[in-house]
Amino acid sequence: MIVNIADSIISGVGYGSTENFEAVRRGDSGVEYHEHTFADCEPFAASLIDTQQLETQAARCGAEGLTRIEKAMIVVADDAIRRSGIDPSSERVKFIFSTTKGNVELLEQNPYEPERVYLWRSAEIVAAHFGNHMPFSIVSNACISGACAQIEALRTLEEGRYHYAIVIGGDVLSKFIVSGFQSFKALSQKRCKPFDAQREGLNLGEAAAAIVYSHKQQVEHGDMVLLKGAIRNDANHISGPSRTGEGLYNALTVIIDEGDVERLSFINAHGTATLYNDEMESIALTRAELEEIPTASLKWHFGHTLGAAGVVESIISCMALRQGIVLPSHGFENLGVTHPINIAKEERVSNKAMCIKMLSGFGGSNAALKFELK
Amino acid sequence: MMNILSYATLRNECATICGHRVTVLRNDGKDFMTDLYHTLGIQYPKFFKMDALSKAGFLGAELVMRQSGEENEEPKRDLSVIFMNRSSSLDDDMTYQHTIAHNNYYPSPAVFVYTLANIVTGEVAIRNKIYGESSFYVAREFSAKQMLETIKGGFEDPEINRILCGWTEVLDNQIDVMTMLVTKNEAGTREFNEDNINNIYNNKL
Repeated sequence: MIVNIADSIISGVGYGSTENFEAVRRGDSGVEYHEHTFADCEPFAASLIDTQQLETQAARCGAEGLTRIEKAMIVVADDAIRRSGIDPSSERVKFIFSTTKGNVELLEQNPYEPERVYLWRSAEIVAAHFGNHMPFSIVSNACISGACAQIEALRTLEEGRYHYAIVIGGDVLSKFIVSGFQSFKALSQKRCKPFDAQREGLNLGEAAAAIVYSHKQQVEHGDMVLLKGAIRNDANHISGPSRTGEGLYNALTVIIDEGDVERLSFINAHGTATLYNDEMESIALTRAELEEIPTASLKWHFGHTLGAAGVVESIISCMALRQGIVLPSHGFENLGVTHPINIAKEERVSNKAMCIKMLSGFGGSNAALKFELK
Repeated sequence: MMNILSYATLRNECATICGHRVTVLRNDGKDFMTDLYHTLGIQYPKFFKMDALSKAGFLGAELVMRQSGEENEEPKRDLSVIFMNRSSSLDDDMTYQHTIAHNNYYPSPAVFVYTLANIVTGEVAIRNKIYGESSFYVAREFSAKQMLETIKGGFEDPEINRILCGWTEVLDNQIDVMTMLVTKNEAGTREFNEDNINNIYNNKL
């Protein structure tokens, strides 16, 4: 089995997993209104990483002179690796990256070498920063990438050759990404309201997050285990979710075993606050007979952090599981989906040991992960 | 034992199915992929909306799925599609970048949607009704070893018996595609191993 032995996040609400978790509990949101952040783009609401904090932390890690996404990935990996106590340069350590757009902003102006626009070049730089020159993996599966990278960690570690996997997810915002989502008319000008009747669309967000997974033959009391993960395609549309929640429902059926429903503390949904995504999730959850399990989205706090989302939100979910609480879905007031699912409105205590993280994205892709606190 | 059921390559001006060159009728003459589409008698108007990466992956998939006698319309729940390449969606990223130039700012959603590498796996899944996993990996260069390990990992999924996998690299009109239909347990034409993957990629099989 594979166990989360350390993790870290940098996002619009802070640096470090604990700081991010406490910010979520307080109800902080990194989403602010931006009028002139990117030239030519219309004003937008998004959660950006604090540049000064990123620079300070990058300097501490010796990551000066790198790009924004590389710095963000290095500062979270550095924090997680230090906490884990592992030697990241070991040939028993596999780096697994999750990103959608990497250094795409360099297409506009590139002061670095031409190769720097390739995802593998950033990955190489980050792994080399930690002295690791072994083969690495990069998953680029749109918005579900962060879950796919953890599934890749599960498969890689269970195969046996590696002892540790360092999963690093990240994406930063640029004119490229913001203009594209604006052209889709998918963005809300206000803080997003997942699953709410008044929801108007999503907020984008910047984040990087890292998890160090360790392979264990025998898990111990207190271990946070990634039990199962599955990826399923809707085979329906490249930019719209399935009307039947097909892929997400199918992914859920792969990871759910008999008796799990009684053990589930909560479900952390994708909950982007677009009309179609949230509706689709309500359908998939109902089909999977999970409509009564408390469900929440974290997008109000972080925005949609693209390739980082699956990693950030898994970390926060596992911390909630460890603390024995169900986090509420901020921004939610009145149910705005056709299937009556149980959106958590207030924080409450739970002694159940299991949670599910769901993600869906462009390309018809869906993923579900199942975690358990032993 | 993992076996290869069928395989294909698609490069500039040359397509092969299981080692045999496909004779492509050059109607248009400029665009090899469009000519291949017509030669294969495909009727799928959505093809013409796709970016070059999706067209290349789509055609690579058509070649192996036909060879294996798969019906497009038949739902496939035990099949995954897993592709890899070097440039991610950089080819379309550069096209999109032109639509957001400071002096000519008209961001196009139709172009933006293809600025995600995995859209090609979605297009192939829609065309072939593939309900299994869809995944996209990026690597510095083609590696038979990485492909073998990744596909082996894909078969860890308990419901998956076959994987449509491939290297789908497209940048600046340079096409380098190799696709294979791999089975977990069935008999196939060849074993899915590093040597055979390399030989197929290098057109030696």
